[in-house]
Amino acid sequence: MVTRRETLRRLWRVLGIVALAETGAAVGIYLWPRKPKPREGAYGGVVTAGPVGSFDPGTVTAFAKGQFYLVRLKDGGFLALSRRCTHLGCTVPWSEVDRKFACPCHASSFGETGEVLSAPAPRPLDLYRVTFEDGVVRVDTSVAITRDRFERSQVARG
Amino acid sequence: MLRALILHLHPKVVPEKALRFSLTFGLGGMALLLVLLLLGTGVLLLFAYEPSVEGAYDSVAALRYDVPMGQFLRNLHRWGANLALVLVALHMLRVVFTGALHGPRRGNWIVGLALLVLVAASNFTGYLLPWDQVSYWAVTISTGMLDYVPGIGRFLQRGLRGGDEVGRRTLSTFFVLHAVFVPVVLVALLAVHFWLVRKAKGVVVPRAPGESPDRGPMVAASPNLTRREGVTALVLMAVLGVASVLADAPLAGPANPGLSPNPAKAPWYFMGLQELLIHFHPVFVVVVLPALAVLLLVRAAKGTTSPAEGVWFASSNGRRVVIWAAVAGAVLSGAAVVLDEILPDLPSGLVVGLAPVLLAAGVAWGAIFLLKKACGASAEEASMAWFAAAAASYGMLTVIGVFFRGAGMALTWPW
Repeated sequence: MVTRRETLRRLWRVLGIVALAETGAAVGIYLWPRKPKPREGAYGGVVTAGPVGSFDPGTVTAFAKGQFYLVRLKDGGFLALSRRCTHLGCTVPWSEVDRKFACPCHASSFGETGEVLSAPAPRPLDLYRVTFEDGVVRVDTSVAITRDRFERSQVARG
Repeated sequence: MLRALILHLHPKVVPEKALRFSLTFGLGGMALLLVLLLLGTGVLLLFAYEPSVEGAYDSVAALRYDVPMGQFLRNLHRWGANLALVLVALHMLRVVFTGALHGPRRGNWIVGLALLVLVAASNFTGYLLPWDQVSYWAVTISTGMLDYVPGIGRFLQRGLRGGDEVGRRTLSTFFVLHAVFVPVVLVALLAVHFWLVRKAKGVVVPRAPGESPDRGPMVAASPNLTRREGVTALVLMAVLGVASVLADAPLAGPANPGLSPNPAKAPWYFMGLQELLIHFHPVFVVVVLPALAVLLLVRAAKGTTSPAEGVWFASSNGRRVVIWAAVAGAVLSGAAVVLDEILPDLPSGLVVGLAPVLLAAGVAWGAIFLLKKACGASAEEASMAWFAAAAASYGMLTVIGVFFRGAGMALTWPW
């Protein structure tokens, strides 16, 4: 038999927990990082890379503001690769001499399609979506696409 | 008034035996003094520091070139913080090896673990604030490790960084954590920590193996204890002051998110983890190992007081076991690092990654088993041996990571 006093005490406890949860949720929502407003032409938004014809097959072009590399493969297809190493997040430079991305931090390296050439990187460089508009290459940097291996279907063709 | 406050924090009388310096080595007290020094220098540094991506680096550089006493103040803060972490870790070793974590001290052991985490968190969040190349990439790498936590890793990483990458939001988050949140929680928990020491009737009373656990005669805390504390405090301040005159806290070039330095290293206290990442699958290093460590540490304290409380390493046999375990831990992990460098790389993958983990665990377990057999160690001594081996192993990995890893994280000589 639960007394009235005990019932009220339990009610208080439940109310206390609810109040704590509400406060926690409010603080959580307040602190949670907002998605930055997509900035046209910079990292986080859609970057206009340039006309298709301005990228020669077999070249890698760095876009510092967009934080990616635009790779034009020998067969004319395009890949936009994140410059962030998949190991621990260092910025990987492209070496024209060795024709690979070599991470200076922990010696991972990636081929021109972003595939892992040497560990410790666990997966290929992330991709960004490449689209073509009136013969102009555009790269959507709002979402980094992770992948386990390079596949032909990842290559965009204008 | 200060005198009255200090006297109030102490009991009126303390066991004469407990005054012996080789019981606690004054580690807890020194850590407290450093926390006070860090609060003081921290408040002063706040007057000079500008917590923004544009202004942070210049405001820290100005400490060296424009602000009178600025660099000295920063040196005190930096070296004091590093020393605090070392002292807190040694304090923890002392508590474990004198069996001072069981019975009525169990709750305080947990509080102490939380304080260790807070001191590490304080060091880590402060590391980013100068916003130079070293701190930027160290924090990028350290928070990059979170990426390997299955399921919620990205979520945790985004929360801590305030976005996809270390940037504006990260700096303001770390600044608030460093200057407000961690200090407030730390000071509150310190109060609980000291109260619980008092509740457990002070520190353990030291005794030689075989000596009865008799508390012995009591003496007045003032001046017997307070004078010893005063001397320790003065020596510590003198050492830190001289170190801060001689050595400047490092400041590299301003942070450049487009250019990673070679090699990029985490702060020294995380280099043991980064070293492990070179050898093991990330899931073990970032999830399994820390979870296991927390679980074992929390469960290390027993409900009833150990009969060997106050005896270093529980017995003279225990001393032998612990020393050998520490030597074995350091030597075996050093040898394993060199061996892994010689052996060819295994293909990456969780299942393949299990092999080196099982091998390492097997070797560790076998070594401790042999040690137990050879020395006839009790259960308490054996758990001390595990603790010593793990601590020595992490120490060795830290030394290798900090001093013996060069460009591309390849093994090199430090000279």
